[in-house]
Amino acid sequence: MISSPTQYLKTRINQDSVAPWLFSLPGILLLLAFLVTPFLLAVTYSFTNLRLLSPIPLRFVGLENYVETLQDPIFYRALANMLLFVVIVVPVQTGLALTLAILVNQKLFAVKAFRTIYFAPVLSVMAVAAVVWRILYVPDGGFINGFLGAVSGGALHPLWLHSTSTALLAIIIMSVWQGVGFQMIVLLAGLQDIPEDLYEAANIDGANRWHQFRFVTVPQLRNSLLFVVTITTIFAFGLFDQVYVMTRGGPLNSTQTLMLTLVDVGYGRQRIGQASAIAVIFFVIVLAINIAQRLLIREEEA
Amino acid sequence: MKALARVAQARGEPQISKVTVIQPRRVRKIAGALASYAGMTLLAAVFLFPLAFEFVGSIKPNDRVLAEGSSWRAFVPTSITFQNYAEAISRADLGHLFMNSVIITSSIVVGGLVVNSFFGYALARLPFRGRGLFVGIVIALIIIPFQALAVPLFFIMAQVQWLDTYQVQIVPFVASPFFTYLFYTFFLSIPKELIESARVDGAGPFTTFWRVVVPLARPVYATVAILSFLFAWGQLLWPVLVTRGPDVRPLTLGIAEFQNLPPIRWGDIMAVATIMTLPLLVIFVGFQDAFVRSVARTGIKG
Repeated sequence: MISSPTQYLKTRINQDSVAPWLFSLPGILLLLAFLVTPFLLAVTYSFTNLRLLSPIPLRFVGLENYVETLQDPIFYRALANMLLFVVIVVPVQTGLALTLAILVNQKLFAVKAFRTIYFAPVLSVMAVAAVVWRILYVPDGGFINGFLGAVSGGALHPLWLHSTSTALLAIIIMSVWQGVGFQMIVLLAGLQDIPEDLYEAANIDGANRWHQFRFVTVPQLRNSLLFVVTITTIFAFGLFDQVYVMTRGGPLNSTQTLMLTLVDVGYGRQRIGQASAIAVIFFVIVLAINIAQRLLIREEEA
Repeated sequence: MKALARVAQARGEPQISKVTVIQPRRVRKIAGALASYAGMTLLAAVFLFPLAFEFVGSIKPNDRVLAEGSSWRAFVPTSITFQNYAEAISRADLGHLFMNSVIITSSIVVGGLVVNSFFGYALARLPFRGRGLFVGIVIALIIIPFQALAVPLFFIMAQVQWLDTYQVQIVPFVASPFFTYLFYTFFLSIPKELIESARVDGAGPFTTFWRVVVPLARPVYATVAILSFLFAWGQLLWPVLVTRGPDVRPLTLGIAEFQNLPPIRWGDIMAVATIMTLPLLVIFVGFQDAFVRSVARTGIKG
């Protein structure tokens, strides 16, 4: 097939210059079509009065969508809920994940079984878990209140998803339960990467358990922890599934989230332009938090 | 103990002191292990009770699920029936929804493994013009959360008449900057000499990739497969936007709708939940070790 050395070299060179593009092109085209384009369009749409199906002619409306969003009390309610959710879930979930990871990293009999158990909720799919927890949270007849009533002698009887003061807390608890296993696996992988001799050295220097944790484990886990905190924050801001299944934002917007608002405006009321403005604001918030976290961590490093 | 005693004897050390030194340490070790087991068991109960409730509820007569829901009886199959499953399968059209989820999820996973690994490999090991720029763009794209794109993307999909199809739930999720980046960093860790030597032997870029690189990259393929499976299988926001009828709807949206479909029968709902959860649990128990190891080797930890 290849007749001469020169021809061989030619096909070889052709292959080498074409191959990178053949390898990259599917990825580049798909990312362009389904990530870059919609992102740029979201920014563009946010300055228009675009609707899904509408006889009203399309026009440029400047900052109108942003102004309207920033004057909407429901938007602020959603934002406040998100912030509360993030401020509670991120530290609690990271701390719990670290505790679990350290527990299941011990060389003990049957420790793998515990690892599987803590990871099981991740596999249970948020939408499904939310359906099950909705039943567990039923104030009269659900297991959680049955248990609380039994241990508190009937003193504790929260209404959970039916009360504005406890609905968000109920969602926070089930979210941590469902998500913490994944963080645990990431931190466990990080723990297993820490060289054993660092602990031995610390031991020889007379470091106690706490000192080993503080001066060996935590600094060595730094990248894993940064990853976990960043991912948890971004997921927390995108909160949708469990709220959609359990409360749809109620009662009285006490579990309203940015994503629910977005879907309601863009899909329910078909106002694409307005929803795009919310999407852009959402993106800016996530970006800002991400940068802030990175700066904070770097500061600590210096 | 005996061996230690013999060593002590051989060294001519007094045996008594050796024993007294070892004894408290052993006691402390056993006490520590017991404390760990106690903690882990307590946590295991917290993590398992919703799943136990779900499984047991699915095989109980429908009217007992909530009637016995507030006590320990919630976790005991007081009498066993498979009526819920039969009903759920016919009422929720479960077989159909299950097939939809399988088609959508497997297409995203397989397509994603091919596209993202090819792109990641080109970025890591195939020189071409603008490669550095592409690496930068891919990393920057990781931070755009899908939720921020959902509404504009939904609008585009409506324009090209893709709503209510399989492809609208598959094609946008095949290419992923995050998975491309995971492949990219892993491929960077494969020694250049291996690839060079395959080329010297006359293998073209595709043969080299297929014969040399892919076999070495199994951990990263495993990690990406599991993560993209979990993500695709659990999606809810996107199906809410792009499917109107039950034809191409996945299980997640199916169960979210089914829980409100009158007559509401908790036993049936628990059966649907179990059908969605159990297969994943069984698969994970088999792959657990491989998963933890591959997360460790993939560099997800940062």
